[in-house]
Amino acid sequence: MADKRTRHTSKYTLDRGIPGAFEGETITRRRFMTGTAHGTGALAAMSFALPALAFAVGPVFKTNTEHWEVVGKLDQFPDNNYVPVILTLNPGIGEAGKTTVYVRKFNPEIDTDPYDKNMPYIAISSRCAHVGCPVRWVDASERFICPCHGGVYDLLGRRVGGPPVRPLDRFYTRVNGEDVEVGMRFSVNSQLRHFSPRLPGEPLDGIGQYLYPSVPGAKI
Amino acid sequence: MPKLPAPPLPAPLKTPPPRPGTGNGTATPADHAHKGAVAVVDWVDERTSLSGAARWMMFRKVPKGTNWFYTLGSATMFAFLSQAVTGVFLAMYYRPDASGGAYESIRYVTNDVFLGQFVRGMHKWGSSVMVVLVFLHMGRTFFFGAYKYPRELNWVIGVVLLILTMAMSFTGYLLPFDQRAYWATQVGVNINGTGPLLGPYLSAFLLGGSEFNATTLSRFYAIHMLLLPGLIAALIGAHLYLVAKLGTTAPPWQKVHRRDELLETEV
Repeated sequence: MADKRTRHTSKYTLDRGIPGAFEGETITRRRFMTGTAHGTGALAAMSFALPALAFAVGPVFKTNTEHWEVVGKLDQFPDNNYVPVILTLNPGIGEAGKTTVYVRKFNPEIDTDPYDKNMPYIAISSRCAHVGCPVRWVDASERFICPCHGGVYDLLGRRVGGPPVRPLDRFYTRVNGEDVEVGMRFSVNSQLRHFSPRLPGEPLDGIGQYLYPSVPGAKI
Repeated sequence: MPKLPAPPLPAPLKTPPPRPGTGNGTATPADHAHKGAVAVVDWVDERTSLSGAARWMMFRKVPKGTNWFYTLGSATMFAFLSQAVTGVFLAMYYRPDASGGAYESIRYVTNDVFLGQFVRGMHKWGSSVMVVLVFLHMGRTFFFGAYKYPRELNWVIGVVLLILTMAMSFTGYLLPFDQRAYWATQVGVNINGTGPLLGPYLSAFLLGGSEFNATTLSRFYAIHMLLLPGLIAALIGAHLYLVAKLGTTAPPWQKVHRRDELLETEV
């Protein structure tokens, strides 16, 4: 047999002088056994760990289905002031699944943004764009005001004061016969451009829209 | 096999060995009970060798100057144990039902269950106590320099435990499901979302969807009572192991005692 140095350079176990080695064998049976046992263990662990993980993370990737909710009659909403309506975003969990939406008729005088042209009604979410407290429309000052940290928004939902990072979210609207229907939520940046809904606190201007991607479940 | 050393008990606490020729005929029931207990402990120890581990853990040498500040870690652990025990019993009554059942079950515990207000109060106020104790313990470690070599890993484990304690407080806050709980969780989840790139996904994971929905409450409940307590218990074990393995530090004001008379005789 060769000396230690040459013994370790050969890839065949036979050349390394291992008793019972087969010709052409490149891995010792002990290593093969160890590897198989560890591999089987890893496979067994992954067979429950991966499905469980996917189960826990799955809802992130579940896409929302389109839904429309009747909120009132056509003539119920003026074009220069808001009417609060209650929208059920998630049925089955009572009050926790409801939210207030402020609705008014589309007004060509003030809704000059090209993106709003196809909206028969403007529906503004009451969820503050800072960290999600409920804002309230204050008629006297014509402002949406948040009680938590002092966010203030104008008639169009654009931030005019306080910590919010973008305008208030909106909802798609449509007319169905005599009824006004409100659909899915969308977010807007300071130019009122439409985006897939983001959670509050996530800016949409400049690089913000890339730093805060909309999660698959929120895509519309 | 070498005999393990006896624990360094002070002399008055050591039981003297029985004198030959005495006590044999006059064994009281207490003596029999004592012998029986010793036999049981011996039986278990012979098969597990647990007494060595217990002695290694409990009868450690501590540096001169060890003081009451060194009890803050144990205090934190007992706060956790209190949370664990009261939490287990609260789970017997709690229903993670977002459509009103959660709030109703908490109301039932607080108003109707015998000692329910007390146990829930222990859990609620105990959580604040635990957070305060964690920070005091962390401050002690920092100001005494006890995070330095070779204890850096224990500091890191401690920081992870601090974060897990915060996560416990956050997930537990939603469970009463009153107005405060709901809005505090909305705000908390949205603050999570302000982390760039991963933030929105973390929020969606916590909510179990893109918005607060029917599974959010049960998600928080499972994280609060199954996932995090297991992690915390395991890490407390690792934390304690390293404390026993590496020993504790002397306070920084403790001076090295030089035995000058020895130095002189050496020369």
